[in-house]
Amino acid sequence: MNPAITLATARRILTQLRHDHRTVALMALVPTLVIILLYYVIDDQRSFDAWAPILLCVFPFLVMFLVTSIATLRERTSGTLERLMATPLGKLDLLLGYGIAFGLMACVQVAIALAVSLTWLGFDLAGPLWSLVVIALLNALLGTALGLLCSAFARSEFQAVQFMPVVMIPQLLLGGILVPRDQMATVLEWISNVLPMSYAIEGMKVVVMNGELGGEFWRDVAVVAGSALLALVLGAATLRRRTP
Amino acid sequence: MMNLPEPAIAVRDLRVSRGGVEVLHGLTFEMPRGQVTGLLGPSGCGKTTLMRAIVGVQIVTGGEVTVLGRPAGDPSLRRSVGYSTQSPAVYRDLSVVENLRYFAAVLKAPRSDVDRVIEEVGLSSVAGQLGGTLSGGQLNRASLAVALLGSPELVVLDEPTVGLDPVLRQELWLLFQSLADRGVTLIVSSHVMDEAARCQRLIVMREGEILADDTPHDLREHTRTTDLEEAFLRLIEERTAA
Repeated sequence: MNPAITLATARRILTQLRHDHRTVALMALVPTLVIILLYYVIDDQRSFDAWAPILLCVFPFLVMFLVTSIATLRERTSGTLERLMATPLGKLDLLLGYGIAFGLMACVQVAIALAVSLTWLGFDLAGPLWSLVVIALLNALLGTALGLLCSAFARSEFQAVQFMPVVMIPQLLLGGILVPRDQMATVLEWISNVLPMSYAIEGMKVVVMNGELGGEFWRDVAVVAGSALLALVLGAATLRRRTP
Repeated sequence: MMNLPEPAIAVRDLRVSRGGVEVLHGLTFEMPRGQVTGLLGPSGCGKTTLMRAIVGVQIVTGGEVTVLGRPAGDPSLRRSVGYSTQSPAVYRDLSVVENLRYFAAVLKAPRSDVDRVIEEVGLSSVAGQLGGTLSGGQLNRASLAVALLGSPELVVLDEPTVGLDPVLRQELWLLFQSLADRGVTLIVSSHVMDEAARCQRLIVMREGEILADDTPHDLREHTRTTDLEEAFLRLIEERTAA
C-alpha cells in the first residue's frame, strides 16, 4: 500500500465522475427527492421522523453498492484492472481509492439530504448531527466494500445489478424496520444478528430517538465499521495479479 | 549495442493451459537485451498468452519464465516492464492526458513523461479528448503510450500497429527502434508478416509451438525465400514433413 497511489486513484475516480454530470446529479439529488416524496406521502411529522433516518441509512448504502459494483466490473472487463495489477499499485490502493472517492460522494449526498430534512421538512434529531453523519458514511463505505466484493462474482453488468436486491432486500426485511428484530422467529433473529445493516439501522434509531450515545451506539458503529473492513479485505482477496 | 551476458528474457519449458486445454506446449527460448523481437503467427497461436506469461499476469502450468534476471511477475519488475494489451486498456471516460497522468502517478514516473509519451505516439492534437471519443487506432496508441511511461527496461506490446495508417506505422516502428537503441528490450506481436522485416529477431509461432527463432535474414536464407509469408509456409511444410 502506498498513500500517494491511493490518493491518485481516488482523484482519478473523481475525475471520471466529473466527466459524467448525469451520474453525479443522480447520486447527489435522488435521495433528497425520495425523502421529500416520503414526507408528503406520509403527511405526518412523527411517522416521517421515524422513517427519514432509515432512508438516510439505506440510500448511501444502496447507491454506493450499485456504483461501485458497476465501476469495478468495468475495470475488470476493460482490461484496466489487468494493467493496474501489472504495476506497483497495491490491491488496497485500488479499494481504498474507490472508498475515498465514493465516500466523498456519500458526504455530498448525505449533506444535501440532511440539510433539506432538517430545515424544510422539519426533521427532528435528538442526538448530535455528527453521529448521524458517521452512521451514514459508514453505510456508504459498507456499500462500497460489498459492491467491490460482489462485482468479483458478476461476469456482466446484468448480473452485477441483480446482486443489489440479493444483498439489499434481506437486510431491509431483517433489519428491524418492518418488524422489530426481537419479535422475529428465532432463526430469522439470528440471521438478522449477523447482517451489518441491522446494526446501522439500530444505531440510527438511537441517534434519532433518544440521542444518548452510550455503549450500544458505539457497538453498532464498531460492527458496521468492522463489516466494511472485512468486506474490503475479502474484496482485495478477489483481485488477482495472475489470471487464467 | 553491447550484449549483456544475461538475457532479457529466458523461458524454459513454458506450459500454459487455458480452459483445460494446453495452449503453450513447452516453449524454450532466450531474448537478448536491447533488441526488437517480433512475435509472429496467426491469430490463436498463443502469442498473447506467451506475452502475458512474460509480463507475469498469466497463471502457468509449468516451466520457468525469467525476466531481467528475476521470475516473471516479481514485484520488483512492476516498474521496469511496460505492457500494452491487444484491446486498449485505458479509461474511456478520461481524457488521454488524464489517463496518462494517473498511470504515471501509479508508476511513479515523472510528470513530464506524460507530454513526452503523448508526443511519441503522435496524440498531441487529441490529448484533451475523452478516450471514448477517439478512433480505434488513437485509443490503441493511448494504451501504447501508457506502456512507455517511466523508463521500462522491457516493453511488451500486443499488436500495437493494428488499424494504423502506413505513415503512423512507420513512425511507431522508428520509435521502437530508437527505444531499442537506448537499450530497451521490446517484444512486439503481429500477425502481419510485412512488419517482420523491421525486427532484429523473429519468433514464429503456430498452435502453441515455436516454428522458428531467428533473425529475419537467416530465416530468409534458411527457407530460401525473400518473402516472409512464403517462409512461414515453408516452415510449416518442414514441420509436417518431419
